[in-house]
Amino acid sequence: MLPATTTVEQLRRAALEAGAAGVAESSPSAIRCRVPASEVPALADRLAALGARCQFLAAADTRVTGGDFTLAYVFASAQLTPSVTVLVSVPAAAARFASLATRSFAASRFEREIHDLFGLVPEGHPDLRRLALHQYWPQGYHPLRRDVVSRTDFVDTGEAFPFRRVEGEGIFEITVGPVHAGIIEPGHFRFSVEGETIVNLETRLGFVHKGTEKLFEGLALDAARPLAERISGDTSVGHVLAYCQAIEALAGCAVPPRAARLRVVLLELERIYNHVGDVGMIVNDTGFAFGHAHCFRLREELLRLNERLTGHRLLRGAVVPGGVTGPITTARLAAAATRVETLVAEFAAIVRLCLDNTTVLERLQGTGRLTEQTATEMQVVGLVGRASGIDADLRRDAPFAAYGETGVHVSVYGTGDVWARTMVRLDEAREAARLVREVARLDTPGIVHVPVPPLAPGAHAFGLVEAWRGPVWHWVVAGESSTLGRVKVVDPSFRNWPALEHAVLKNIVPDFPLCNKSFNLSYSGNDL
Amino acid sequence: MIASLAVALVHIAVVGAGAPLLIGALGTLKARLVGRRGPSPWQPYADFRKLLAKEVVVSTTTSWVFRATPYLLVATSLVTALIVPVATVRPPLAFAGNIILLVYLFMLGTFFLALAGLDAGSAFGGMGSSREVAVAALAEPTVIVAVFALALRADTIDLGRIVERFGSEPHLALNPAHLLAFAAFFIVMLAETGRLPVDNPATHLELTMIHEAMVLEYSGRYLALVEWASAMKLFLFMTLLANLFVPWGLTEPTGPVAVLGGLLALAGKLSVLTLAVAVLETAVAKLRLFRVPELLAGSFALAFLSLMAVFLVR
Repeated sequence: MLPATTTVEQLRRAALEAGAAGVAESSPSAIRCRVPASEVPALADRLAALGARCQFLAAADTRVTGGDFTLAYVFASAQLTPSVTVLVSVPAAAARFASLATRSFAASRFEREIHDLFGLVPEGHPDLRRLALHQYWPQGYHPLRRDVVSRTDFVDTGEAFPFRRVEGEGIFEITVGPVHAGIIEPGHFRFSVEGETIVNLETRLGFVHKGTEKLFEGLALDAARPLAERISGDTSVGHVLAYCQAIEALAGCAVPPRAARLRVVLLELERIYNHVGDVGMIVNDTGFAFGHAHCFRLREELLRLNERLTGHRLLRGAVVPGGVTGPITTARLAAAATRVETLVAEFAAIVRLCLDNTTVLERLQGTGRLTEQTATEMQVVGLVGRASGIDADLRRDAPFAAYGETGVHVSVYGTGDVWARTMVRLDEAREAARLVREVARLDTPGIVHVPVPPLAPGAHAFGLVEAWRGPVWHWVVAGESSTLGRVKVVDPSFRNWPALEHAVLKNIVPDFPLCNKSFNLSYSGNDL
Repeated sequence: MIASLAVALVHIAVVGAGAPLLIGALGTLKARLVGRRGPSPWQPYADFRKLLAKEVVVSTTTSWVFRATPYLLVATSLVTALIVPVATVRPPLAFAGNIILLVYLFMLGTFFLALAGLDAGSAFGGMGSSREVAVAALAEPTVIVAVFALALRADTIDLGRIVERFGSEPHLALNPAHLLAFAAFFIVMLAETGRLPVDNPATHLELTMIHEAMVLEYSGRYLALVEWASAMKLFLFMTLLANLFVPWGLTEPTGPVAVLGGLLALAGKLSVLTLAVAVLETAVAKLRLFRVPELLAGSFALAFLSLMAVFLVR
């Protein structure tokens, strides 16, 4: 399924029929409008008929300026273009809005998050258990309200999270984490097993909730940049790029062409080192030490290349609002492209060696299968989606930075197993090497930075980037005198974590780590 | 009297002190094979020293089984060391037991380790114990059948005399049935000692572990004892494999020179076997847990064929 089956015009008509006001084009493929709160489900149904589902939902506390809370919905197909952004006012006195949970899985998760952090009640939501906050947070304390008084009187009474219970003869519960035997982020996994077969898995995250979105409030644009880079350590470029694109869209400033190209290089370098490391970890979980040792050797070489190019192994500090800065602006791109090609070719050879080993292949194929139907229903995004047959990649569908110039070949597999997720990584690493070479070829001297004009208070804009895991969203509402009012961050991990619970069903417990590694979702990016 | 005591001490010293080196050498070899520098082969000694100096943390829900098991494991391993022909064809406790005692000494250790895994009541210990017992139940018949195939051909179930007989009549050892039994015993050794492709000794993934999951609750000197015992188990299995199937170099303990000769022969054979295990562990991935019974069924078939061959070839 290729994008553009639905036109902007169709979306506009659906919005108008649902009683939308102030319908305007924010870009050639996106419209925005305002809809009364009561009309949202009807609009969602009209848009669903056109193949557009809820892809994003965030709240902002705008009581100071408008007297109401504001909800921002984005409806689009899996390709995220064309899209409709719908703003809805929720009166502060009622603090209720109609839930879309039974229409869109993604919406159901966003609504739970809003329920926790803003105290707005999605009416008709079938599952309002806590998501972002743990049980020990005081009732009625909603940290993302602007007038909230910071509290420190937390008392953990040991109240348990109400997990789904599976009961029956021979059913056992295995609790894993949040502290693990290896050095990984904290998360709690509750398995119900029959013998070794997993019949239910529920994940409980939020152990690294850091109040990231709250920290953005009131920050100056430059001060917020390092924060954006640290949302999820392995997606530094993805997040900072989404943040900068949102700021640039707000300020109406166009990034110089050379900066846009260098951003492609940075984003692809991040993709490569993560994919190489991930494949190493997947192979390691099959007990095949050879692949692990060599993938990590290559990852180290890639990190050193990153350091030579940007001064930072994780590529931090290079992307800034208005362009690109630092050593990358004077780097010899042709030499870097050659180095990347060499390393990726070596990576491909190692993957081939691993997959030629039948004992390794046997562990990967058919394991942790996420069918296309489940993936579509759960609105899975990014590389996990592409391994389950969802043909969506923002770099091709809604090109940002310089991807319009380079073109991107998107690799899609239909089997949805660990093998498919490994193959998507291999293909994407190769394509990334090609993109770096392509940019090196296109590169011409020029400026790499423009000053960012002041932001209009109250204006809002999106920054959308296809990072290595999938689409990263930053929704920025400008505050007074070029500060940030509200920043809503969506890491692809937030969208994909629940799919893991389905992918492992009917697998055996010892294969769970393999399934988990093949998803490799961020805890920090999810917990915010 | 003094001579047999000396031989007993040599057996205990070689198994007790040699086992960590064997594990260490395996680690070094495996690292070299994938292109890493890896730890020194002496690393396990440093690990044991570190563990012995550390405090012991014991869950309050455990019983005496948990605390007694490490000592029991070491004790069974050391007694086994006195039954296995390590340096001579007359192991010091040969009069007390034969291959049947040997198999059940190993099983006694496995039994108590599985109990200890359950004792703390954690999910991982239970998982590890259930898997270990499943593997042991499938591996035990193969051990017995493979060794019986040898015993039948040598006309004795005394381990020392089997070695002696094969050593003096090489045509008995150079026999296809002998090779089949060797292959069966080799696979069982990997399963019983928690090596790839059955269990991954290097994993940190609690959900995939077998042996490691059972010992997750152990710390300090208890962990050192458990790890030492499992190293000795590997050493003893490899020694059995080396001396039963390649019986040359071992003699009666007529004097220090004979014992030393036996030890040198053993060192040579173990070096080759260690290299073989390291290469194998580098070349394969861990089997999916439910494939392990298929592997063990295969090894049983090999052992059974070897046993049949004794009657058919006769």
